[in-house]
Amino acid sequence: MMPTSPVIPLFVAVPLAGAFAIALLGKKTRIIPNGMALIVTGGLIAFSIIAMRMFSLFGVHTYKLGAWPAPFGIVMVLDGLTAFMLFTVSLIAFLVILFSISYMERYSGRWQFYTLFLLMVAGMNGVIVTGDMFNLFVFLEVAAVASYALVAFGTEKHELEAAFKYAVMGSVGSLFVLLAIVWLYSYTSTLNMADMALALQAAGSTRVALVTGVLLLTGFALKAAIVPFHAWLPDAHPSAPAPISAMLSGVLIKALGVYAICRVFYSVLGVSPQLSMLLMVLGVVSMSVGVLLALRQWDLKRLLAYSSISQIGYIMLGIGIGTPLGFMAALFHLFNHSVFKSLLFLGSGAVEYATGTRDLREMGGLGKRMKLTSAAMLSGSMSVAGIPPFAGFWSKLLIIVAAVQAGYYWFAIIAVVASMLTLSYVMRIMRYGFLGELREKWAGVREVPFMMKLSLGLLALICILGGLLLLPGAREFFLTQAARTFSVGTQLASRILGGV
Amino acid sequence: MSFLEDYAYYFGAFGLIFIGLLIMLVKHNLIKVIIGLSILDTGVNLFLISVGYISNGTAPIFCRDDMDPSRMVDPVPQALVLTAIVIGVAVLAMALAIAVRLYQRYGTLDLRKIKELRW
Repeated sequence: MMPTSPVIPLFVAVPLAGAFAIALLGKKTRIIPNGMALIVTGGLIAFSIIAMRMFSLFGVHTYKLGAWPAPFGIVMVLDGLTAFMLFTVSLIAFLVILFSISYMERYSGRWQFYTLFLLMVAGMNGVIVTGDMFNLFVFLEVAAVASYALVAFGTEKHELEAAFKYAVMGSVGSLFVLLAIVWLYSYTSTLNMADMALALQAAGSTRVALVTGVLLLTGFALKAAIVPFHAWLPDAHPSAPAPISAMLSGVLIKALGVYAICRVFYSVLGVSPQLSMLLMVLGVVSMSVGVLLALRQWDLKRLLAYSSISQIGYIMLGIGIGTPLGFMAALFHLFNHSVFKSLLFLGSGAVEYATGTRDLREMGGLGKRMKLTSAAMLSGSMSVAGIPPFAGFWSKLLIIVAAVQAGYYWFAIIAVVASMLTLSYVMRIMRYGFLGELREKWAGVREVPFMMKLSLGLLALICILGGLLLLPGAREFFLTQAARTFSVGTQLASRILGGV
Repeated sequence: MSFLEDYAYYFGAFGLIFIGLLIMLVKHNLIKVIIGLSILDTGVNLFLISVGYISNGTAPIFCRDDMDPSRMVDPVPQALVLTAIVIGVAVLAMALAIAVRLYQRYGTLDLRKIKELRW
């Protein structure tokens, strides 16, 4: 008997309820939106740790919505990968909310911001926990529509333009996903992921899996901003307010893109060697194009957005390699990227908060006035560039080692070269932004408020200590059991259905 | 049952999907791009609903003993398409709201003139 767990639907229900409560009660005061968002995201971290613990004790859990038996009703599934992703999303969401409390003072309509923010978190958590294909699409759209609105939040020229581009491209991606889901439904007569995997295995036909696989990969790659589907990201992520850039780059592209690709291909459609090769090639292309385009940016946030494209490439490479070490390295890099990219985007937000500019050429010597921000940015930069002992070094090293072990020497070499180029653009952030002589006009610049410093400090701490997650014990609990989901693959299906 | 009658829905659905994509690719007017998105959405919804269609079928309600389950249409796509239409409306409203604000800021709906970021 598969254990059921009432904690799983809470990941969707709690942020939804929080969003509703903020929209209902939070218009007049500022304590309700701030407090509610902090409590909800903090609670989600606690739930996700409980979920991880439960998985390590009892294995895969399911929850049947409305007690309808699978495969007729909607099931939610908690496995290692789910628990890992839930923790990542909750952690980043909490720290970003902590940052937003001071940062969003400048904007009007804070309750709308927090409502949309929690809706986006609910959508992402829904994508992660759902075990039903159509449900995946619904939650995908909940998160996506909330993020379109958040990109346009400032309602200035650039925000609107970026949001329009993002909304149009994102919707096309979602419709491709829907088309593929309908196609799969007409072929297998089921929407339950586990049941669908079994039906596809029984039919043994690869042609439907191929057509729908292409559609799904296109749709999710648009969400994950993998080159050549990346055109919207360098506009959308920098245009949003800094906390939202941090959420979008930090977790949204991973929950809606990378996680969905993993879930759909590894647990439902099954993976062929051609698909692994395709993922690796996409990963390598993303990593090199992203890093080359990042090299010529002067806008701090735009540079970071291109850097996200490049780092997603590393994650895809790790997943494509297909060895247990590759999966573990990819997940570890996914977590690290969430942390250091949120840190860097929040840091850029702190700089913009203090100085009002994002152009690296106008900055200089800010480290003298903003000591903590500068130190946090330094640790984030070192982590993204892969300098030991920062967390990013270990995950990149593992990806490269996995590539070499599997015999993909060229991909390993490209990954090393891209990593060096990464060092060159992050050094530019530090050199032009924070080091050197303080310019006259920044003499009056002051360090950002306490809450922002707290959030930056905590993220920087995770960047520095993240490597410790690889120690035996922590690794088992945090990474290996999540990576094992990939190896179980489509056999997960029989386990889930066998239990219900 | 002729071939055309069986497959007309699929031709219609994919026709709409391609028309929608084509409009989105070649048009430069914000509203026309949104219309393209809407047509694409309709095409996918038509595909979704036609998956469960049986010609001369009946509603899936067991009310008489002589009712044959094999003549009932599949109710799941009908439930799904409602959800998909509602989501489509939300996306459309969002895109139109952004288009209205863009028009207020730029005074034009031409995407070639709204080009401060690189498209």
